[in-house]
Amino acid sequence: MANFYSEEKPTRRAILKLGTATGLAAAGAGLAPSSPAQSTGGTPSPGPYLQPFLDPLPIPPVKTPNVLNPPPAKFPVPGEAGRDPHQRYEDFPPQVLYELRARAARHRYHQHLPLEDAWAYDGLVPGPTFVNRVGVPAVVRIRNELPQEYVGFGSPEIITHLHSGHVGSAADGFAGNYYSARKAGPTLRYPGAFYDHHYPQYPARGDIREVTNTLWYHDHRDEFTAPNVYRGLAGFYLVFDPLDSGDERTGLRLPSGVGRYDIPMLLQDKKFDAGGNLVYDQFNPEGFLGNHFLVNGKVQPYFRVEGRKYRFRLLNGSIARYFEMYLADERDRNYDYTLIATDGNLLERPLTIRKILLGMAERADIIVDFSRFAPGTILYLVNRIEQDDPRRPEDERLYPGIRMLRIEVGERTPDASVIPATLRPMAPIPIPPNTRRREFKFERRNGQWAINDKFFDPLRVDAVVKLNVPEIWKFDAGGGWAHPVHVHLQDFRVLSIDGKAPPPELRGRKDTVVILDGKEVEVLVLFNDFTGKYLMHCHQTAHEDHAMMIRFDVVP
Amino acid sequence: MVTKRDMLKAVLGGAVCVPGLAAAGGGPRAAYFPNTIVETQHGEKLRFYDDVVKGNKIVVFNMMYTLCTNICPPGTANLMQVQKLLGERVGRDVFFYSLTLRPEVDTPQALLAYAKQFGLNPGWKLLTGKPAEMDAIRRKLGFYDRAPVVDADLSQHTGMLRIGNEAYDRWKMMPALLTPRQLANSIMDM
Repeated sequence: MANFYSEEKPTRRAILKLGTATGLAAAGAGLAPSSPAQSTGGTPSPGPYLQPFLDPLPIPPVKTPNVLNPPPAKFPVPGEAGRDPHQRYEDFPPQVLYELRARAARHRYHQHLPLEDAWAYDGLVPGPTFVNRVGVPAVVRIRNELPQEYVGFGSPEIITHLHSGHVGSAADGFAGNYYSARKAGPTLRYPGAFYDHHYPQYPARGDIREVTNTLWYHDHRDEFTAPNVYRGLAGFYLVFDPLDSGDERTGLRLPSGVGRYDIPMLLQDKKFDAGGNLVYDQFNPEGFLGNHFLVNGKVQPYFRVEGRKYRFRLLNGSIARYFEMYLADERDRNYDYTLIATDGNLLERPLTIRKILLGMAERADIIVDFSRFAPGTILYLVNRIEQDDPRRPEDERLYPGIRMLRIEVGERTPDASVIPATLRPMAPIPIPPNTRRREFKFERRNGQWAINDKFFDPLRVDAVVKLNVPEIWKFDAGGGWAHPVHVHLQDFRVLSIDGKAPPPELRGRKDTVVILDGKEVEVLVLFNDFTGKYLMHCHQTAHEDHAMMIRFDVVP
Repeated sequence: MVTKRDMLKAVLGGAVCVPGLAAAGGGPRAAYFPNTIVETQHGEKLRFYDDVVKGNKIVVFNMMYTLCTNICPPGTANLMQVQKLLGERVGRDVFFYSLTLRPEVDTPQALLAYAKQFGLNPGWKLLTGKPAEMDAIRRKLGFYDRAPVVDADLSQHTGMLRIGNEAYDRWKMMPALLTPRQLANSIMDM
């Protein structure tokens, strides 16, 4: 396979900035005693020097089923928070049950850093990976065992969102449904130590074209999503089906074996002070950027691969950091790879690409064939987008880039997987005449973020949408800000960006779309199977916490 | 829906045992906030950290100035509604502070006149002080814009509230124009 060298040229400014962006310039700073977090205005400070590629890439374990006592039910069971009844529980009786415990844990982000307090599902950063199948409904009971008297950022009530989940409203993770044994959010009837999430594992309309394969779960507590997720409350949730079968001998025969050849990768930035302590800047009004780059909870880890095909499931789990991911070698030359899914949805056909932009919460499933590299080759997953402001990424690209993961290529091994010519068919875009249009303006005024001049209120319905009736939603952003816009319940299709057809990587089904400064994006939404209250919001989590969110209700 | 009483219980329950709060000296933000002198509309002099921020209580801050005709009047009116919902807790374990953006004009007398004009609850303290020190406090509370032009433009000043409980080192920011019910919930939730 041909190697493609980059045509893009770095700017001098980009090179100069790299030092501060990665902390490389701070070499020799050493680890100083802890100091209280200071509000820096969002500019990334260098942070401690950390030698990259010392820690192996953590592979989150696959979650195993549990027995639930008391057994789950349509209505809340004793001890459970006062949620609404599950929808269509009789149609999708749970066949697999899980118990997930959100609890305090200690986590080390790099072997030269101290242990930090984490809040994590089953005590793991990231949380365990769920592996489920279409047609096998699940209930995930999530216990809130977080320390209720905790001193520090975050708030110890939770409500977990299955991001990209096609689920009933009570299981969606509505921001106002946060709970602990003694607190209940404004849309719950009473507190509870746990909350049962009913995941039907049913694609929209039962249509195999609507299956989503790479989902993630994360906290969605109103007003505190950014700090709670930053503390560790995030993990992957994978779904297989007859096409994306999880088996290299069946279906599309994609590289398979979760944790072996099929690797979830949570990409994040985090901020550390000169003493190496994790920093969360609670007083920064705009969200903040980190000064170190992590994959699956470790700063710049390494990963040894066999000389064969791998599937990497990339996810941007940051507060405000955009990533543009490249595959590059030691000389910083870029190589092509294969994009197969966007936001967890397989494309109609694989795309050969050299870079993919990931706004917060966006995902990209890619296949890299390492058999084309000689054993011993060193490669990197590189972020090249320049960003020194939590408001938006810059136009410049970084050369050298920020190496987030070092990949060490081993000997060639047998490989039954393929990159098929076609992946998942897509339903045609149905746009009947007189399709209802709505416009959502993402605005900043007087230090506040609003959508159509309004702030989120969990008890106010901002849009009433008819079940099974498509609508065109237009999102626009301005004033120097970018917003990754996320729609709950069902994936949408991007119709246009500034009136033009979207680029190939945005033509698949999506649940999040980046609205860059000054852009207008039109999407087609359609909601099937479930009704009730859902959310549309900016996934820059500081914006989201500051009420840049709407409630829409799907009605029969 | 949670009743007000439930939430009250939750908050009071949470106050029973607070780890990490030294009997003497500072709480988690002692080194972060200035301890400079601010003055209320009644001429009372307070140390910003020791007397305003410190301790296991809920503090609510906003920025204002008496001559503002833009977002301050509706924000002030809204906060009065919030205080009505919070009832006796205001001044007991929930404290409201409005910091002037124009300390050179907003003397304690001017702030008192403003308080009287709006009929503010006596427990609501309007704070002024030396301009440079007030500006330092403003920035520490996160009431700034990264763009210097916007930051200096009074017509674009922040409409956010800073809500916190220093004993828990738990802080958030919410728009002052959320509904009074939402803000009361949000405040009691701390």
